[in-house]
Amino acid sequence: MAIVAQKSKGLTDKETHYCPGCTHGIIHKLVAEVLEELDVLGETIGVAPVGCSVLAYDYFNCDMQEASHGRAPAVATGIKRVHPEKVVFSYQGDGDLASIGTAEIVHVAHRGEKITTIFVNNAIYGMTGGQMAPTTLIGQRATTAPLGRTVEHSGMPLRVSEMLATIDGAAFVERVSVDSPANIRKAKKAIKEAFQCQIDRRGFSIVEVLSTCPTNWGLTPIDSLKWLVDNLIPYYPLGNFRRPGEDK
Amino acid sequence: MAKGKVIFNEDICKGCGLCTTNCPVKIVTMDTTKINIKGFHPATVIEMDKCIGCGNCAIMCPDSVITVERF
Amino acid sequence: MAKVLMKGNEAIGAAAIKAGCKYFFGYPITPQNELPEYMSKEMPKVGGVFLQAESEVAAIHMVYGAAGAGARVMTSSSSPGIALKQEGITYIAGAELPCVIVNIVRGGPGLGGIQPAQSDYNQVTRGGGNGDYKLLVYAPANLQEMVDLMQEAFDAADYYRNPVMMVGDGMIGQMMEPIEFNDIKSRFELPNKDWATVGTKGARKPNIINSLFLDPQGLEDHNIRLQAKYDAMKANEVKYEAYNMENAEVVIVAYGTTSRIVRNAIIDLKTQGINVGLIRPITLWPFPDKAFDLVPENCKALLSVEMSMGQMVDDIKIASNGRWPVHFYGRSGGMIPSPEGIMDKVKELVGGVK
Repeated sequence: MAIVAQKSKGLTDKETHYCPGCTHGIIHKLVAEVLEELDVLGETIGVAPVGCSVLAYDYFNCDMQEASHGRAPAVATGIKRVHPEKVVFSYQGDGDLASIGTAEIVHVAHRGEKITTIFVNNAIYGMTGGQMAPTTLIGQRATTAPLGRTVEHSGMPLRVSEMLATIDGAAFVERVSVDSPANIRKAKKAIKEAFQCQIDRRGFSIVEVLSTCPTNWGLTPIDSLKWLVDNLIPYYPLGNFRRPGEDK
Repeated sequence: MAKGKVIFNEDICKGCGLCTTNCPVKIVTMDTTKINIKGFHPATVIEMDKCIGCGNCAIMCPDSVITVERF
Repeated sequence: MAKVLMKGNEAIGAAAIKAGCKYFFGYPITPQNELPEYMSKEMPKVGGVFLQAESEVAAIHMVYGAAGAGARVMTSSSSPGIALKQEGITYIAGAELPCVIVNIVRGGPGLGGIQPAQSDYNQVTRGGGNGDYKLLVYAPANLQEMVDLMQEAFDAADYYRNPVMMVGDGMIGQMMEPIEFNDIKSRFELPNKDWATVGTKGARKPNIINSLFLDPQGLEDHNIRLQAKYDAMKANEVKYEAYNMENAEVVIVAYGTTSRIVRNAIIDLKTQGINVGLIRPITLWPFPDKAFDLVPENCKALLSVEMSMGQMVDDIKIASNGRWPVHFYGRSGGMIPSPEGIMDKVKELVGGVK
């Protein structure tokens, strides 16, 4: 008898506060499993953002620091420059990374900072109740775009992976999704590759994970998966944008 | 003869239903006959002998509710 | 030990390195640029790290990360950049992390000017960011004092687990004075930083560096604990100098380089038969309330002399508790008070020349 799946040692016993069906849970699991499989849990320091995953410091079974909104990459830089041999990651949502934190994420890529960022993109602000995010789609409703986002007022949604992939220091850039077992397996593979990129000291690594927000999208968890596939994937194509040793 | 077995930690299930979406033998359901300590209908499997131990349900679960064994 | 002639900004760097600082995150801003430049050259020589961040905001958050990971770390800036850092500083205070922040003050508000000023007094003594917290604030008057205080600044930061600020002004940053780098014996017994995030090694529960307490009782308890630290600082960390207080008709309160100009004025006034004392706060917070017990009963007035529009006046009023009238003389915008200007004000207060 073999155990095919069980709770990862990379997660603490604390039950998460995330909404039912929130893909944060899946993504936390993947990061935890990767760190466990790479046998680096005891050498890892994670940085939690401000957003729904602000309490991530209670869920990952490693040393954690809570950063202010958008600044997790800078906090991670401070940690990594003091402990270059440790594994350091930031875990950020789309408001944290693509709105207030754009300078910080661009500059860790710019510096080729040897940290790994997990970017959870669900095209909305979760914790604060559903406001528009830089990644909210055209026509998508949000509490600060009640008639739906328009190009005229707010511009086109921001494609972070494509943008960061133009920066040389970003050694590994991939966009994945967690809407199905097949995509979740690919997401885990990308996350593992991203952490390996850090361990091999190749540069900055980021995995953008298309995610759901059933509560603020106003959909059931299962319908949210479908909405992600039908709406987010066409605008935010999945795939690898940069990998060490590959010139694109 | 079952190839696999799933164990649900019922009390931590949030009733989201994601585990029911990708079972190849369609045996994962939400147990509408009961509610757990959180007030949700927990996920369950009634026809365990059909389980192939693929792990899809556990992969989808955001809360690590499911342990999957394969024989 | 031989004296070295050094520029203030560079002396700060040298003193920090001597005090064991191994990490510096900063950003260019006039008039403190020689400090990051010095650190970029010298840190690698001692196996430390210098990083020019993308902004003062990023720099202070790098300090947060490094401090949380157990490092002795510093940043520096000048007034508008310190305003940018307030977010990081309040997080550092809330998460109970140690660090030293250097503020070489320039004229404000806003972009202001690049000449010396003391117009950040309110910003530095009131915490500066959101929430109930304080910084331990040193305001040396000369480079030797600044260099001597640096060891204490880092040690106090570690001891109290609180950010500590070293305030100079453009003159302190830019002037050159002969300095000795003495070995300063630490006043504090510093425990191991077993709270730091260095990796669990699978041997302990995770350490968490955090300032979020969603449960209101938890946050209140946290704030009560923080206040106890600030009360301890008030009891133990006050530093000031009292000069020529006996029979003083007027007592001037001044700090930093302004206090040196005041001292010249006091010497000149004495030759004119006017006896003036000086209370020189060396810590701006905690403010030296007890120094005002040294003011003679029949002193005519207290006079705050500052390079600002009078930000220290309120603290003098609080400390002196209505016993003497409090007046103000100052210059702003980078204009430096002259001994003559100060003397004229004193004469006005004592009712003319004797």
